[in-house]
Amino acid sequence: MKSALLSGFRQALPIVLGYIPVGFAYGVLAQKSGLGVVNAVGMSLIVFAGSAQLIGAGLFGAGVAPLAIIMTTFVVNLRHLLMSAALAPKLKGWKKRQIAFFGYELTDETFALHTMRMKGEMPRLTETFAVNITAQSSWVIGSVLGYFAGGQIADVRPIGLDYALPAMFIALLVPQLVKPVYLMMAALAALLSVSLFLLGFEQFHVIAATVIASTVGLGVEQWTSRSSS
Amino acid sequence: MDQSIIFMTIVGMGLVTYLPRVLPMLLLSGRNLAPWIGRWLSFVPATVLAALLAPGLLCPEGTLNISDENLFLLVALPTFLVAWKFKSFFGTVAVGMVLVALGRYFLT
Repeated sequence: MKSALLSGFRQALPIVLGYIPVGFAYGVLAQKSGLGVVNAVGMSLIVFAGSAQLIGAGLFGAGVAPLAIIMTTFVVNLRHLLMSAALAPKLKGWKKRQIAFFGYELTDETFALHTMRMKGEMPRLTETFAVNITAQSSWVIGSVLGYFAGGQIADVRPIGLDYALPAMFIALLVPQLVKPVYLMMAALAALLSVSLFLLGFEQFHVIAATVIASTVGLGVEQWTSRSSS
Repeated sequence: MDQSIIFMTIVGMGLVTYLPRVLPMLLLSGRNLAPWIGRWLSFVPATVLAALLAPGLLCPEGTLNISDENLFLLVALPTFLVAWKFKSFFGTVAVGMVLVALGRYFLT
């Protein structure tokens, strides 16, 4: 039990390194957008989604209507639907309430980490939950620190905090590129995502690029396996 | 905006975030998916992460910027190299952030 907790904590440390600065940046923005401390930290507890929270804080600051903020959040986070489906086959024999808790802390980063952890034998449940709880705790801590530093800090850019998220995506992406076809489809998804973003599909570019590139990948895989057999 | 309205909005944001995260797992866990669905889903980690990453690197200010003025893109090269060569998640994130901080300090 204790060793499983520790090992989960250790496995989550790289995510902590990324979450503290990004959470900090969110906290600063939330403070500057006029959110009270309960709401700023509450969002990290209730929503727990990096990019959506940064966008959300910005929208609150701009005085956007609540329903529009909720709709934007929904669209920005819809990609988790695919991640959830991708992890589902691994959760054989889990109780519903365990899945309900596990799903609560499914983020881009925990998803990528669990995808790697669950490739072979199923890791211990305690370890899996320790990973998630460590990750969210660091997110909350980062948010709190950022909120209280918000008054003093004008800009998080000089210390490179705004690069934590891209760097984290690079660190998560590279280990996924185990087959040439994955590398090709990652490149295609990148191209599609940027193109759709520039064309003005600023909410749907990630999910559309993911669906299209994965479908093309499946086609390429079918085609090459058929022509080689 | 009133703090209690903000709070209710955050609860709504939480709900629309939680449902897509948990429903596929609840409905599909332990079931045998058709093999092609499994293979399709096996592309998702690589494609979704690339789709999340690319706009931040190529359009950090919202417009396409493929030049040596784009620090995020420049720093991505050594960051990718560290991720690939040392397979260290921790090291990759640290190198990326430190290089951006140094780049801003010395280049601007």
